[in-house]
Amino acid sequence: MIRERYLNLGVLALLLALALLARLADQSFTITVLTKVVILALAAAGLNIALGLGGLVSLGHAVFFGLGGYAMGILAFHAQNFAPLELGPLTIAGSKSMPVIWLTAIAVSALAALVIGLLSLRTSGVYFIMITLAFGQMFYYFSISWAAYGGEDGLSIYIRNGFPGLNMLDPIQFFGICFAVLCLVLLFSDRLARSPFGLALNAARQVPVRVETVGLSPMRLKLLAFVISGAITGLAGALYADLNRFVSPTMFSWQLSGELMVLVILGGVGRLIGPVVGAAIFVALEQLLGGLTAFWQIWLGVILLLIVLFARGGVVGLIAPKGVGHD
Amino acid sequence: MSTILIIEQVLNGLQFGVMLFLMAAGLTLIFGVMGLINLAHGSLYMIGAFAAATVAGATGSFLLALAAAMAAAALTGALVEMAVIRRLYARDHLDQVLATFALILIFSEGTRWIFGSLPLYLNIPSWLAGPVALPGGIQYPLYRLALIAVGLLVWLGLWWLIERTRLGIQIRAGENDREMIAALGIDISKLYTLIFALGAALAGLAGALVGTIQSVQVGMGEPVLILAFVVIVIGGIGSIKGAFVGALLVGLTSTLGGIFLPELFKLFTDPATAQSAGASLASMSIYILMSLVLIWRPTGLFGARA
Amino acid sequence: MTEPVLATHDLTKSFGALRASDGISIDLRPGEIHAIIGPNGAGKSTLIHQICGGLRPDSGSVRLLGRDVTAEGIAARSRAGLGRTFQISALAMEDSVLQNAMLGALGHSGRPWRFWRPAHADADLRARAEDSLRRVGLADHMHMRTANLSHGQRRQLEVAVALTLDPKAFIMDEPMAGLGAEGSALLTRFLDGLRAEAPILLVEHDMDAVFALADRISVLVYGRVIATGSARDIRASAEVREAYLGEEA
Repeated sequence: MIRERYLNLGVLALLLALALLARLADQSFTITVLTKVVILALAAAGLNIALGLGGLVSLGHAVFFGLGGYAMGILAFHAQNFAPLELGPLTIAGSKSMPVIWLTAIAVSALAALVIGLLSLRTSGVYFIMITLAFGQMFYYFSISWAAYGGEDGLSIYIRNGFPGLNMLDPIQFFGICFAVLCLVLLFSDRLARSPFGLALNAARQVPVRVETVGLSPMRLKLLAFVISGAITGLAGALYADLNRFVSPTMFSWQLSGELMVLVILGGVGRLIGPVVGAAIFVALEQLLGGLTAFWQIWLGVILLLIVLFARGGVVGLIAPKGVGHD
Repeated sequence: MSTILIIEQVLNGLQFGVMLFLMAAGLTLIFGVMGLINLAHGSLYMIGAFAAATVAGATGSFLLALAAAMAAAALTGALVEMAVIRRLYARDHLDQVLATFALILIFSEGTRWIFGSLPLYLNIPSWLAGPVALPGGIQYPLYRLALIAVGLLVWLGLWWLIERTRLGIQIRAGENDREMIAALGIDISKLYTLIFALGAALAGLAGALVGTIQSVQVGMGEPVLILAFVVIVIGGIGSIKGAFVGALLVGLTSTLGGIFLPELFKLFTDPATAQSAGASLASMSIYILMSLVLIWRPTGLFGARA
Repeated sequence: MTEPVLATHDLTKSFGALRASDGISIDLRPGEIHAIIGPNGAGKSTLIHQICGGLRPDSGSVRLLGRDVTAEGIAARSRAGLGRTFQISALAMEDSVLQNAMLGALGHSGRPWRFWRPAHADADLRARAEDSLRRVGLADHMHMRTANLSHGQRRQLEVAVALTLDPKAFIMDEPMAGLGAEGSALLTRFLDGLRAEAPILLVEHDMDAVFALADRISVLVYGRVIATGSARDIRASAEVREAYLGEEA
């Protein structure tokens, strides 16, 4: 297990070092690309909790990514237009502050995950996949039909939101914030996997009936995992929207749900650093192949197919095969 | 809000429903017999539409175009089944989802590569063009009426195939007991390829038929695929009857909701708000329907009770 | 007569035309081993499922410690004091032996909603799990991957997980299956002592073990209990000989 720990730290150190090098070389585009890696890794790390620990094959995680994005978009939209957001009796002024936006994104996506989870965990297996996919589509069409926030065109935010004491317009500082959030979430995931909750969830994935037989509810364990997972992906959505200073219905699209899953698989399901490695490979392919051909996703498809058919542990599985339980 | 409008919308809903049925039937059959969730079913729909558009463009014959759609989709389906899908039957659903998602990427980008990003158009043949007069003074497009007829014919055909033919006996045996069909001396891998190709042909047919009233473009298959999933969740996995009932429910809810919800809202609030709130709610109506079915009956209307 | 720990009253369950349970009333008293025997297809598994909460009876009731638990699910009945072992091992195969036992200890603690401190650092959980493993003789295999255990060791682990729950009644579904002579003898001796802690409802095919252990035996045939009594009574019963033992002779 020592080896995996070194790999985890090594990957994170490499990301940080690349960003700092890019800063020294004044390559702000490279920093932006690396920030994208970090944010996608964060979204996938969220999914990995549901998928890797809970065994919940969610094809609807774009819902949370999109909700996080729109939480940022709507709050910032109201703040930049000086038009308060009226929710029935409640009047909210909007916000350009990242901490406020993040908390909102987390709360909204956790709530959505709770409702979707309650409905879709009534079933299992292939029903679960279809239902999460369908809910994703529901949010997609809803966002398109909601003209007040740009409908199909989405919302543009002119200036990146702020973080107390830092200058978020400086790419390296924004990268730093995203990177710190990723490290915190990975630390939390690592602890979660080894915690009593993780122990029970891990068993609920493998043999739900055993978990029931010791007096615990697999459904509640999985529901909570789904909520935590959705909240993290929602936070990533808010950061992603801030990176692009733009949100649109594509953040809710089924392709995005599929891509998040691909990130987890490319890296290795249930592996702590899997989402980071997956996101790095995905963005690297996009940058490298995307420069050569407009149809780079064909090759992404081929690589994914080969991994699924022949290398089921993903890239991390190839480098550091999984050991027995974490003692 | 006249009776004529209501009848027209009901017919539109039926037409949409039977087309969803063509998709859902293949999906549910493939899941019922092989236990496979196939995300690439939407790609077969798209391939059918592109084949039809190409052949119609070259020959001008709509019937040839339909035949080409079914043949191209069935052939692609059979090849994909033999090359990739059959390695997935013994795998878990996650692997199936990922591999078939990979197939979507390959098919979608491949099609974009060959045909470009601009949509193609398929024309309604002259002998199906124009409106037809229905009893009660309703003018309704003949082509859409023909789609309803095709959908019902396919439903009858599938019922006959499964209940009355030797292949149907094998399919039903396959749903219950894989070892049994092997014991009966049936070549199971051939049977699976055949069923997959059959489901693909239905998807291809739907793609060509719907492509004629919409446009033929990359990415057209997946929204329909997801609606077909909603149909299956509502109807119950593995049940052709469930797929049919679910498809009609979804078709009608989606079409009628889009028309009547804004009207309904106008009773309570000003027209502009009603229009946007109604449209937003209508876009959610089938998912709300699905949620209600899930609460009431988690395995669908006709699914096996857990 | 002492109050039974566990009792079923007139349990009936049909699958289509098949009556898998036909008015079954049995009980389990403190300190005893009550064995359920019967030919394949007699409805033993269906009975266990109804007692443990995995299957709702069509009619009849299940009482645990004097309380009607018929409407409760598996988890609630486990918390109320049932400790069950499975006929086909239901263990987290990817995890270590210790982790499986710790899951039981975690269920017993009733506190799974802890997200930060590693489970292995929880001394109470660990002590309870290790103690149970030691008692069934798996102390040396604690850190092995469960999938690598032999068939017999998995049966032992099943028993160990049930032990971590400190149950008021054990329900054991063929714990001897596939154990071999030596393993069976060992487990027989262990169960013999265990009954003092909590009574055991034992479904078992190994007749040597049943006749050696059981205070009472109930014979289930076609969903009905045709006889209940001591080993001697059952051996002597003409009805049982005809319906069941006779077939094997």
